[in-house]
Amino acid sequence: MSGIKILHAPIINQELNPLKAGDAVYLTGTIFTARDAAHKRIFKMIKEGKPIPVDLKNQVIYYTGPSPAKPGQVIGSCGPTTSSRMDVYTPLLLERGLKAMIGKGPRSREVIESMVKHGAVYLAAVGGTGALMASCIKHVEAVAFEDLGPEAIYRLQVENMPLMVAIDSEGNNLYETGPRCYSQIE
Amino acid sequence: MREIHTDRIADTVARLCIDACYNLGDDIKMLLEDAVEKEVSPHARKILEQLLDNITIASTFGLPLCQDTGMAVVFLEIGQDVHITGGDIYQAVNKGVQRGYREGYMRKSVLTPLERINTGDNTPAVIHTEIIPGDRIKITAAPKGFGSENMSRLKMLKPAEGLEGVKDFILETVIKAGGNPCPPVIVGVGIGGTMEKAAYISKKALLRRAGTHNPDPSIAELEQEMLESINKTGIGPMGLGGRTTALAVHIDTYPTHIAGLPVAVNIQCHAARHKEAWL
Repeated sequence: MSGIKILHAPIINQELNPLKAGDAVYLTGTIFTARDAAHKRIFKMIKEGKPIPVDLKNQVIYYTGPSPAKPGQVIGSCGPTTSSRMDVYTPLLLERGLKAMIGKGPRSREVIESMVKHGAVYLAAVGGTGALMASCIKHVEAVAFEDLGPEAIYRLQVENMPLMVAIDSEGNNLYETGPRCYSQIE
Repeated sequence: MREIHTDRIADTVARLCIDACYNLGDDIKMLLEDAVEKEVSPHARKILEQLLDNITIASTFGLPLCQDTGMAVVFLEIGQDVHITGGDIYQAVNKGVQRGYREGYMRKSVLTPLERINTGDNTPAVIHTEIIPGDRIKITAAPKGFGSENMSRLKMLKPAEGLEGVKDFILETVIKAGGNPCPPVIVGVGIGGTMEKAAYISKKALLRRAGTHNPDPSIAELEQEMLESINKTGIGPMGLGGRTTALAVHIDTYPTHIAGLPVAVNIQCHAARHKEAWL
């Protein structure tokens, strides 16, 4: 494994292109949270031709639903949720310019094909590291669907969020190559 | 007859829920430290180190280990010589869950199953009650996240499928789950009984100190064998490849019917949260 690469959000394409599945990345910048319910709403709005609350061009979406912040804390525990539940909505968001997604667990073939077509990457955060991820979040602001509580869309300022490229923009998939590499089953 | 007031039960449940979500047991920490030493994949080692960092940050800065603070599963083992005063014990448990999740700033994830309407306070808890000898009550709070709960399975095997069928089903369940339940996992297995008994003992097996074995030597051997075969799959931490897919396999058994062989596999993520207290 090479050294840790730096990635800025919103995405600058020159930084994205050299990223390969298996690369460790520190992400710094502005990203948006969205999980099941927010995806469902955005998907419906796009399908109905309505304006969506966030311009997705070059943006990064983090699949998470944080726990509530204590007084004096920026945010509560804020680790990734299972990405595959968002798979059905993702290709349409990629068409709208979404460039990177942060979550955990494998993605569908349709999502990977769409990522290759639109030049996007999928970054894995370590599931269950909600406290570690929260320590990288410096500012939080709700931007849409506040009625959804933890499922609302939040704008996050993050610094050096430790992530790993799980699927790169050429479709190389660490969820397939990684386990194959270490399997000892004959 | 010894009396225990429901207020004490509610207070204890609240405290245990918070403690479980913020402070991971040293059993898991030791197994993770051990796994870092043995892991051959550099990616996997990095992930395991992040899990250890997360445990330290959670307890140092007062954050839940994981934002999915789970559905509260509460085990009540009630001494048969205890008299419970102060009202309904189940209401007391739910009052404790409600308070724990509010005061601990934990996420409220419980909702009605079909309408999907959040109950707002993470109740009701799933409460399991057993009567035990003596005049004390043992309370265990085990908040369960659904990344791993969703990957759990149960099958009514044919007796002819026997031990090999059981092994295949356990392995198949872990392989199908892949990276979804946040490996490295703890695998709880219940063999025998009826459908619900198998599921219950598979969950209860997860409460054991991680890495300790069933007192029956043949089952202990099966636990070790399954742990080794699971770690040969290559799934690895988070499903990204490596030799640390499970930290432990806990198997419990119960006699069953001549016509059946139920097997339940309850998958638990590395954030194996459970805390207990005796009243």
